[in-house]
Amino acid sequence: MRVSRWLADRWVMIVALLVLGYLALPIAVVAALSFNRPSSRLSYDFHEFTLDNWRHPCATTDMCDAVLRSVQIGFVATVVATVLGTLMAFALVRHRFRGRSGINLLIFLPMATPELVMGTSLLALFVSAGVPQGFWTLVIAHVMFCVSFVVVTVKARLAGMDRRLEEAAMDLYASEWHTFRLVTLPLVWPGIVAAALLAFSLSFDDFIVTNFNAGTTVTFPMYVWGAAQRGIPPQVNVVGTAMFGIALLLVGVSSLRARRSAR
Amino acid sequence: MGHESPAGDLRLTNLTKRFGVLTAVDDLDLTVPQGSFFALLGASGCGKTTTLRMIAGLEAPTSGQVLLGDRDIARLRPYQRPVNTVFQSYALFPHLDVAENVAFGLRRRGIRNVDDQVRRMLALVQLDGSGRRRPAQLSGGQQQRVALARALVNHPRVLLLDEPLGALDLKLRRQMQIELRRIQNEVGITFVHVTHDQEEAMTMADTVAVMNAGRIEQLGAPADLYEFPATAFVANFLGQSNLLAAEAAGPAGADVPVTAHGARFSLPVGRARSDRGAVYLGVRPEKLHLAGSADQVPDGHQHVDGVVTDASYVGVSTQYLIRTGWGSELVAFAANSGLGQRFPVGAPVAAHWDPRHAFLLPREPGPTDDRPDRPAARRAGEGAVANAPRHLLRRVVRPAKRRGAA
Repeated sequence: MRVSRWLADRWVMIVALLVLGYLALPIAVVAALSFNRPSSRLSYDFHEFTLDNWRHPCATTDMCDAVLRSVQIGFVATVVATVLGTLMAFALVRHRFRGRSGINLLIFLPMATPELVMGTSLLALFVSAGVPQGFWTLVIAHVMFCVSFVVVTVKARLAGMDRRLEEAAMDLYASEWHTFRLVTLPLVWPGIVAAALLAFSLSFDDFIVTNFNAGTTVTFPMYVWGAAQRGIPPQVNVVGTAMFGIALLLVGVSSLRARRSAR
Repeated sequence: MGHESPAGDLRLTNLTKRFGVLTAVDDLDLTVPQGSFFALLGASGCGKTTTLRMIAGLEAPTSGQVLLGDRDIARLRPYQRPVNTVFQSYALFPHLDVAENVAFGLRRRGIRNVDDQVRRMLALVQLDGSGRRRPAQLSGGQQQRVALARALVNHPRVLLLDEPLGALDLKLRRQMQIELRRIQNEVGITFVHVTHDQEEAMTMADTVAVMNAGRIEQLGAPADLYEFPATAFVANFLGQSNLLAAEAAGPAGADVPVTAHGARFSLPVGRARSDRGAVYLGVRPEKLHLAGSADQVPDGHQHVDGVVTDASYVGVSTQYLIRTGWGSELVAFAANSGLGQRFPVGAPVAAHWDPRHAFLLPREPGPTDDRPDRPAARRAGEGAVANAPRHLLRRVVRPAKRRGAA
């Protein structure tokens, strides 16, 4: 009787912990393996604790080149997609024009299309247009699918914003530009930042579309894929853990700042 | 209007706003004297908020002028006008603290040392010491005060208030009504207050303009509007009225005789807005008295016979419904002063009034409906009528500035 009562009071918490554990377990494995000295190239057992992998993350130079390339592509694609997507979101929320609903639909298309289809059709496009595949075709491809997510994220933030705030600013002697800079942008900014982070992680992480359009360029996901056939170097886990740590840090800092500014 | 245009009067001339086929504001002419507390009163959708937004510059008029003194500001951007607005939802900037919200307008005009002004303004609205707080941490009433301070700190020529008390609960609303009057007296800025609450308009404003379907129905001091409405709409929107469909055939001496449902009545010429043809004979419920029989009716009063069909006791007064011989219902409010007689449901009564308290309004000829008002308007009016005598009392104490109808 007592046990069932105890369970009844806590079962939501228990289920939540189980789900959290399920989600965190793979990350924990990656983090653990980043401190591993494997017994052989193809072994994934935890053999021996070491800090060597963290001390020399670029021991395998190919991998570091790939990470750098992914960061470069991710950075350029994020900047372009965020700027374009934010402008599009403003246009779609703030203005009524012909073809607006059509564009809204078009925005959703890259999210709904299977990546395989998107990858092959982009490849066909680049080949028939005579564009050599490489860094810039990857940037173009990544901007293409990132921009949809940016538009959707910024649009949501913008739609939730009270237009009266801008009217109030104009009423209080702020010109159109000042209204945008002092009221609109600060209020939409969290949405833009969230969109940029999302775009970067999508770009950094993408494999399928990238694989079709990369030419001879090797990104980090492509490197990991290639390496998996002949044994993944433990430094891959270092990169994974570091990425996770940076993301966690960003989230922590932003929530801390949000809490402070609310006080 | 024939008067010379003083420097600070706000004048709207032929102001029109159309949204597609809908005419929100229809050829409006209006003068708001400098330093007055002016209320634009009307039901939702009557064009009052659109009028306000055109004065603020947030809506471009289809045609017409907005004159401030002699300058037409109708084509200026909102930030080029010496006019500030208190928005209905307050529209405080959530990312700025209270002091920065108040300082916003000053900073935009390039004023350097704003701290002193901001502090004084926060003191005026009794929010000293709240400068570092965020709008979200304030109560509705406090947010309202911040919105007011943020607009007033700029010393605008005209302050526009768009239903500023709509979101507050009743007690707070009363308090803010008094507060707003105090502040207006203190700063002497022209206030244009848009509201759908007739009680609020009457309590606060020197001059009330009743708007209906994009036009001004009547404009004047609250007591004048209440005591002598110009149209059936005003008679029912501002308080409640018993309106009898009647026919008039021109004045006879100092009186206008009218016929309603076969009975003859009359009232002084000065109480008639229309003295010929189809008219409404109107009597306010609190000016309709009840007597047990026709011979108890005081001399000089006129009466109709009826039967009490409903009596609701509401504390300060008892509200009676009286069914007349021809089947329409009259409303009478009897003050519970302990002097008058109480009438039970079913009692035959004579409802009587002093002809000097009656009024005659023009009526569209047609079916003789005694109650031209919509049911919704009636209900909205009913709750407020109980308070009407209180306003009139206050109105008499404070001499009202009278202005002619536009």
